[in-house]
Amino acid sequence: MSTFPLTSSQTVGPFFAPALLREDARRNVLTGPETAGERIRIAGRVLDGDGVPVPDALVEIWQANAHGRYHHAADQGPAPLDPSFCGFGRSGTAEDGSYWFETVKPGPVPFAGERLQAPHICVTVFARGLLNHLVTRLYFEDEPTNSGDPVLQCVPDDRRATLLARRESGDTAVVYRLDIVLQGAGETAFFNL
Amino acid sequence: MNQITIGDIVRGDREVFPPYLYEAYQSTRRRAPRLALIDVPLTLSELTGPGPTISAITPEDADLTRNAGTGGEAIGQRIIVTGRVLDDRGHPVPNTLLEIWQANAAGRYLHKRDQWPGPLDPNFLGMGRCLTNEEGVYRFLTIRPGAYPWKNHPNAWRPAHIHFSVFGLSMLSRLATQMYFPDDPLHRLDPVMNAVPAEAARERLIAAYDHSVTEPEWALGYRWDIVVRGPYATPFESEDAGEARS
Repeated sequence: MSTFPLTSSQTVGPFFAPALLREDARRNVLTGPETAGERIRIAGRVLDGDGVPVPDALVEIWQANAHGRYHHAADQGPAPLDPSFCGFGRSGTAEDGSYWFETVKPGPVPFAGERLQAPHICVTVFARGLLNHLVTRLYFEDEPTNSGDPVLQCVPDDRRATLLARRESGDTAVVYRLDIVLQGAGETAFFNL
Repeated sequence: MNQITIGDIVRGDREVFPPYLYEAYQSTRRRAPRLALIDVPLTLSELTGPGPTISAITPEDADLTRNAGTGGEAIGQRIIVTGRVLDDRGHPVPNTLLEIWQANAAGRYLHKRDQWPGPLDPNFLGMGRCLTNEEGVYRFLTIRPGAYPWKNHPNAWRPAHIHFSVFGLSMLSRLATQMYFPDDPLHRLDPVMNAVPAEAARERLIAAYDHSVTEPEWALGYRWDIVVRGPYATPFESEDAGEARS
């Protein structure tokens, strides 16, 4: 088969917000009233190599629904779809580098054969100064199946904690907190994907 | 430009994709990861993605000359930008969302952080979006953006460009990039564009003037195709395969 050469990546620069974060393009809240599953809030900050908040980043997430099914034709698994949940989120960062989502905790999705992946959320980061977007995952620190997760196992022990969101009790929903550190001490484990 | 230190951390083909650290583009210095990217197996999570689910847009969104909603028309050279979104086997990517943003004809962005003394145009928001059709074709009507001055280095000017965000079929196909215009002397001076290693890959970021797209007494035509990764990789079938890759 012939291979068409890929189009390269370029930074989103500092001025993407009017287009990518317009009211009907941002998507901090992934859930509707009907959405099944445990309501959670994802919160954190994007930090640079000096530990300074990044106020002009874009964080996108992609996840399965509470039953562990992706809203996508490539997922033909037996878990039910949830018509009120597509699984895509998009948040800007505020002056303090903070991003947030209101969603449900995803169910486990298949890896290969009978093996499952631990519940996780795919995370993508764009910003001025990022010539290519960064790819990582958020896992839940209190999830006992993390130890068997095929992706988390690829991450060196001393960096695995950078992907584990900390559980906090919030006013209305459980909060899972994860800072995304672009560089330096505590640098997030980013994937070669 | 300053002495260039180029990092060796790259996501994707090293000829095609820019390294995260490219010191001539100063904003990379404190934002580029310094630790090697982790090799991980492809799973269902990467072979799915939000692309097919996002569609709540209107045809007016693709007309940047009028979508400010003022009833007036943007000032500048009216242009049509069209092309196809393909995957790396050449298959069209239908019904996928493209979002674009750009400076106005004077090179000014409508953004609170852009304060250089270029004039704003009240009839131009500089943002648009559309879905590709069944053949993967997109089409925008806009005005040609001006060059944009920035503070990266003395007398720094970004060549005229339009930012593109593309979803495609899966997480693997997600892409944010920039389209440039042909024959621009600023290309060779631009560290963002020159962070792309291979000349052929840089040239693929430049649209072609296409007289067959140009409409008489209306707008000049540019053609630019976008190629994104297809959802072809097979998830690893065993732990051994995952180990072999890491």
